[in-house]
Amino acid sequence: MTPPNEAATADALYEDVLPGSKHWSFVLRRGTLLELVDLEGGANVGMLFYNPQNPLERYNAPDTLKCQHTFKLTRGNCLYSDMGRIFCSIVRDDVGWHDTVCGNSTRKSIAERWGEKSYQDFRNDWTRSGHDSFLVELAKYGLGRRDLAANVNWFSKVAIDDDGTMLFDPKSSHAGATVGLRFEMETLVLLHTCPHPLDPSPEYPRRPVKYRISCADPVPEDDYCRSFRPENGRGFENNRIYHLCTR
Amino acid sequence: MQLKESSLDPATATYREVIPAGDYWMHVVKGGETLRIVDLAGNQAADTLFFDAADPADRYSAIDTIREQRNVYLGVGSKLRAVSGNVLLEIVADTVGRHDTLGGACATESNTVRYALEKKTMHACRDSWLLAVAENDGFGLTKRDIAHNINFFMNVPITPDGGLTFADGVSGPGKYVEMVAARDVIVLISNCPQLNNPCNAYDPTPVEVLIFPAAGA
Repeated sequence: MTPPNEAATADALYEDVLPGSKHWSFVLRRGTLLELVDLEGGANVGMLFYNPQNPLERYNAPDTLKCQHTFKLTRGNCLYSDMGRIFCSIVRDDVGWHDTVCGNSTRKSIAERWGEKSYQDFRNDWTRSGHDSFLVELAKYGLGRRDLAANVNWFSKVAIDDDGTMLFDPKSSHAGATVGLRFEMETLVLLHTCPHPLDPSPEYPRRPVKYRISCADPVPEDDYCRSFRPENGRGFENNRIYHLCTR
Repeated sequence: MQLKESSLDPATATYREVIPAGDYWMHVVKGGETLRIVDLAGNQAADTLFFDAADPADRYSAIDTIREQRNVYLGVGSKLRAVSGNVLLEIVADTVGRHDTLGGACATESNTVRYALEKKTMHACRDSWLLAVAENDGFGLTKRDIAHNINFFMNVPITPDGGLTFADGVSGPGKYVEMVAARDVIVLISNCPQLNNPCNAYDPTPVEVLIFPAAGA
């Protein structure tokens, strides 16, 4: 069951729709709320996080999962860097399960499953891969394949059975489903809307995603994400130390 | 979970080295050679990274490895893949049954989150790796190249409802895992120094590595 979500969305300072199979990036400051809306259901948003002051500090999925004793991401979870700090907290989640261990579609996997549609023949309806999308966005900041890490796949659920088999759930996310991320430090965000690598759709799926940027409410002492696990309290303390004497 | 003993006689190994807990081991294994890692005292974690020696920017990728085999656990038959999708090594023998590649490696910073802020000066795997890439800078590797690893001998079961647990090891004294290199690979092992995790009974112990020549060599 999806837990209840916090207060309604603040006024958006900016919103836009990223069509399916596209990529983008931006830097978000501490105290920013980023909301992602799955407009049609069945979307996938690949996402990576870096510290723009020092991109060697980056999202670390294993650290994030093991410190919260979870395999799935949902409301209450925080996304950690390899330096023990929190890039963002999941303050809203209408889905209940997001994958962070399956990585990306590749040119090869897309060609094998759906057939490759070239830019020459299909213009902007070509079949972009998540892997190539991240490489393009990374290169904008002087980063490359060595800087790839396990990404989040928002709206995509992959469960694990007893013998370890990975099971993609095509019905996990519905039209209008929203994820809210509150940024706890300045973060470079890379994202793409290319298909999840285990998506079994008969056709190459192109699902648009709306993203909204607004100012988050201040984080109270009894914040849901901060108190979700004792580890998150210590993560917030690491962020506090990082921000000493900043305004 | 499949157990399979090796047919290789340790007497035929061309290289043997014991790695004490808290140390690293960095070595090139040639294509066709077999690498065996032995859990000498049981319930240890060998935190391992691989790099394509011909293109060290192409490194072991946990997510590409498990996605391509559609299973989150590593064992006999697992092809250990790089970011490019190329196979670096394949596990060919295993007396443990299951190895983790999602639990990551301990770091001083992650220790502050997992255990206590005061634990930040305790020795950790990522420190061993950082020293390794600094001391062996001829490989051209830096912190950028330190990504998600394999924890040989470690058992991190995932539950159907999405939990992640650190279970008692399925490893034991003398158990081993063996893999054949599909190409020349740089192997970087941190023999885990963790003192805060019950997974090694708070007692990190040595592991041994053996290298066997390519068949017919």
